[in-house]
Amino acid sequence: MTEKKIRVLVAKPGLDGHDRGAKVVARALRDAGMEVIYTGLRQTPEMIAEAALQEDVDVVGLSILSGAHMALAPRILELLKKNGQDQVKVFIGGIIPDEDMPRLKEMGITGIYGPGASTDDIIKDVREAVKV
Amino acid sequence: MSLTQSILDGNRLALARLLTQAENDAPESRADLAELFPYTGKAHLIGVTGAPGTGKSSLVNQLALFYRKNDPSRKKVAIVAVDPSSPFTGGAVLGDRVRMRDLSGDEGVFIRSMATRGSLGGIAQKTASLVQIFDAAGYEVIIIETVGAGQSEVDVARLAHTTLVVEAPGLGDEIQAIKAGILEIADILVINKADRPGVENTERALRSTLELAHPVKRVFRHHGKDMSISAPTADPTMWIPPVLKTVATEGKGIDELVAAIAKHADHLRQSGDWAARDRARLGSEMETLLQEALMDRFHENVQPQKYNEMVEKVLNRNISPHEAVTSLLNGNQE
Repeated sequence: MTEKKIRVLVAKPGLDGHDRGAKVVARALRDAGMEVIYTGLRQTPEMIAEAALQEDVDVVGLSILSGAHMALAPRILELLKKNGQDQVKVFIGGIIPDEDMPRLKEMGITGIYGPGASTDDIIKDVREAVKV
Repeated sequence: MSLTQSILDGNRLALARLLTQAENDAPESRADLAELFPYTGKAHLIGVTGAPGTGKSSLVNQLALFYRKNDPSRKKVAIVAVDPSSPFTGGAVLGDRVRMRDLSGDEGVFIRSMATRGSLGGIAQKTASLVQIFDAAGYEVIIIETVGAGQSEVDVARLAHTTLVVEAPGLGDEIQAIKAGILEIADILVINKADRPGVENTERALRSTLELAHPVKRVFRHHGKDMSISAPTADPTMWIPPVLKTVATEGKGIDELVAAIAKHADHLRQSGDWAARDRARLGSEMETLLQEALMDRFHENVQPQKYNEMVEKVLNRNISPHEAVTSLLNGNQE
């Protein structure tokens, strides 16, 4: 029997090479019954938007530790919109200074998670955001 | 504009949407699949299977890259990459794209990851539907990469025209090679990671397996005719799977592999096996759909309560499972 599954793209834009956080989140979402498409390290915003389109995901999770979030996040949001994927919810995990958070939310980022965030909270928020 | 018309016009978002609907078996997708069906039947379907860690994803990446960059016809390539769903949570991590990053930025390539959602034969139940959609959308080469769980992944051979079985040095001995199952479905055998030690042994084992298999088949096909086993002269109607060596991470051996795939396609067309395979594939797809439809009809007509009572009776050893099924089916007809 088939049914609707939440599909999540977990991507790591930018040049830092630490993907442990992304993998932990990918695994937690899997254990919550979601289908997680993992793209690996050093993805450009274009690659992420293309993968989100081909995979027709409901959610994109970005892991950013490099400090480049204020450049990467708006670019990815813009490309998703350009591709007609306005409905895709974007989450960010990583090192995000408090003062950047309101601006990211304003741009359209659905959720932001720093070190020590609970995967249960992330799962809950993802489920809520896509309302399944 | 309708979703199907957008797909035929090359709209990638529409294509992605219908792939999702078909994967979920959404009721609205059936009419769209039916509308697209007349446009199918043009693509060359290539299955790629083999044990985990043999480098299937890297090989698929290189194959697609070759079709797009080196092949003069620059065929449009779709990739359906299947990974397993967890039997406990139904979730999945689909990681084949990690090895296919070279393909991004090319509009002529479309990669779709798929979870098995409970299927066991190495591909998902709806993989055939996704392949049909890509075929209708004008993708000329469709590569289906299986889960890679081992010896029972033979479903892909029913779906594909050409099946590649990928091996790597050090993974199995000659007994593995003689075992029934995955090697028998190979149209082309690929020894990937051929720069590793032990490649000679792997090659020898595979070749000797092939030599064991093919003379027997030859005599079987030509019974009644006087044909010697020990002299298997070239028979143009017989395809003997070639054994090829590749190093996917470096792109070595890919040109020979692409040439072998093209040769196999020619062979299928000339021998009439192309049509035979299409017939077998569509036949088995109909059978799967029939099973689903019959199960649905059964569940519509039999109350869950009655079904559970029957399970209870079997559990208490009042009746056997066979008797329970017969009784449920008969009750259904009354």
